[in-house]
Amino acid sequence: MYSKTVMDHFKNPRNVGTIEGADGVGEVGNPLCGDMMTIYLKIEDERISDIKFQTFGCGAAIAVSSMLTELANGKGLEEARKITNKDVAKALEGLPKNKLHCSNLGADALHMAIQNYEDRKSGKTKPEPKRTEKHEHTHGETCYCPYCDAELPEGETYCPACELEAGKHH
Amino acid sequence: MNIINLDHISANPLLPEVQEAMIKAIRMNYANPSSQHKLGDQAAEALEKARESVTHLIHAAIPKEVVFTSSGTESINHAVKGVALALADKGKHIVTSNIEHNAVLRSLRRLKMMDFQVTSVPVDQYGRVNPDDVAKAIRDDTILVSIMHSNNEIGTIQPIKEIAEVTKQKKVLFHTDAVDSVVVVPIDVQQLGVDLLSFASNPFYGPTGVGGLYVRRGTKVWPLLDGGVQENNKRAGTENLIGIIGMGVAADLAVKDMDRRIAHYKMLKDMVLRELPNTIDEYFVNGHPEFSLPNLVSVSIKYIEGESVVLMLDEENIAVSTRSACAAGALQASHVLLSIGRDFADAQGTMVITFGIENSEEDVNRFLEVLKGAVQTLRDISPLYAKAAQA
Repeated sequence: MYSKTVMDHFKNPRNVGTIEGADGVGEVGNPLCGDMMTIYLKIEDERISDIKFQTFGCGAAIAVSSMLTELANGKGLEEARKITNKDVAKALEGLPKNKLHCSNLGADALHMAIQNYEDRKSGKTKPEPKRTEKHEHTHGETCYCPYCDAELPEGETYCPACELEAGKHH
Repeated sequence: MNIINLDHISANPLLPEVQEAMIKAIRMNYANPSSQHKLGDQAAEALEKARESVTHLIHAAIPKEVVFTSSGTESINHAVKGVALALADKGKHIVTSNIEHNAVLRSLRRLKMMDFQVTSVPVDQYGRVNPDDVAKAIRDDTILVSIMHSNNEIGTIQPIKEIAEVTKQKKVLFHTDAVDSVVVVPIDVQQLGVDLLSFASNPFYGPTGVGGLYVRRGTKVWPLLDGGVQENNKRAGTENLIGIIGMGVAADLAVKDMDRRIAHYKMLKDMVLRELPNTIDEYFVNGHPEFSLPNLVSVSIKYIEGESVVLMLDEENIAVSTRSACAAGALQASHVLLSIGRDFADAQGTMVITFGIENSEEDVNRFLEVLKGAVQTLRDISPLYAKAAQA
């Protein structure tokens, strides 16, 4: 089901762990399929000098987290902001369609960690970020029915083609 | 490759005797059992022999009470929709439980689109239905109660006999989905007192693509498939004779071997339950401690997700199954696990192992050893575990 690259990152995940005194932390929880991910950033000269992750989730979610940290590590913040979930999936040589959906949290967590860093810098926020409980489709990814692969209308969890509930937001 | 299969609820290998019988049946080039000539008679004889074997297996009163179908799923659809359609003029209310298989749930959802009403009774923390709840749920317009014999995710066995007493007294038909029960526990349809019972051939090492539906004599049920008068006018379409012959042989073998199989399953299950506390911590064993399938262990492991466990074990050539939403492709937590009170995250970390007759104590030891490592690895990655450790 998974590509070799996905399995490699699942079996040998890179950059697992936390960073003591991180400069930015992003936590994303996706109640739709239960994945949760935390990204820790160390920033030096507006550049990611270290990145670590912790993930609770399926094989795809773990591989996405690992690949994301590889893509982001060493990048300038502006460049890192441009990493999309699509980029991560592409670097993993593709993900099954229904896994694209539940692995969307990767880039979201990174962007949130960067935002957290910027907010701290400007004194807008306390050091501990608030976990977003609702997975937001902020990057225009399409959701697919896990059964028939039909595109789901935006925000819908009900597949009109197979009359099935694709997932419920709890 | 030597793979340890601990996922027998998904598929069972065919017994060698079943394979031989089916190969022989293929070579026989059987004609149509409905034909009036000698070739037809030969086929009909083979068909009825298999029906007798299955009749004997489930202790039906007469062979005509056994209808061959294509699967457990078809049998369930046939029972639920067939009774609903046959009795719609009497009433449009059906009682079921919160933890049924999708074959029942989605059949009922379809019926709801046709103005049927459904009452679903809850289960306790072990996944058991209270027969009193069934009695309370039955109304004047109730035509059917459908409650599974055993649950495929947690193994809990329902008080079917007690529920049958309720339905008999209330004069409502009772169907039970026994797909995962037949030959894993002894099944006697007359003793259970059910009107309809769904089962399949593969759980007792017969071929997939064949199932059976027990229909008590005189029970009104419409066919799902209309056409010829095969299967005593209950299921049209020329029979899958090769598969049915395989099921018949598997039934004969099961009758002889059942006690040994059940004792073997039980020994392996006891071993897992005994050793699990020495292997991992922070987990729940799902299902009833006593009324449960002897071949099934369902465990919710905290802080990790089930599909990851399956993949890790698969890397070490051990096949298990999970009820995690991610793996199911359904993107929903298991309704069964939520019904017994597991929260979403714990439901996600649920692994189901099911034993077969070829599994050994050595298999269990290897499984436990690999599981220990896999759980530790995944917990080291998990933010939930880190948070719990801090708290």
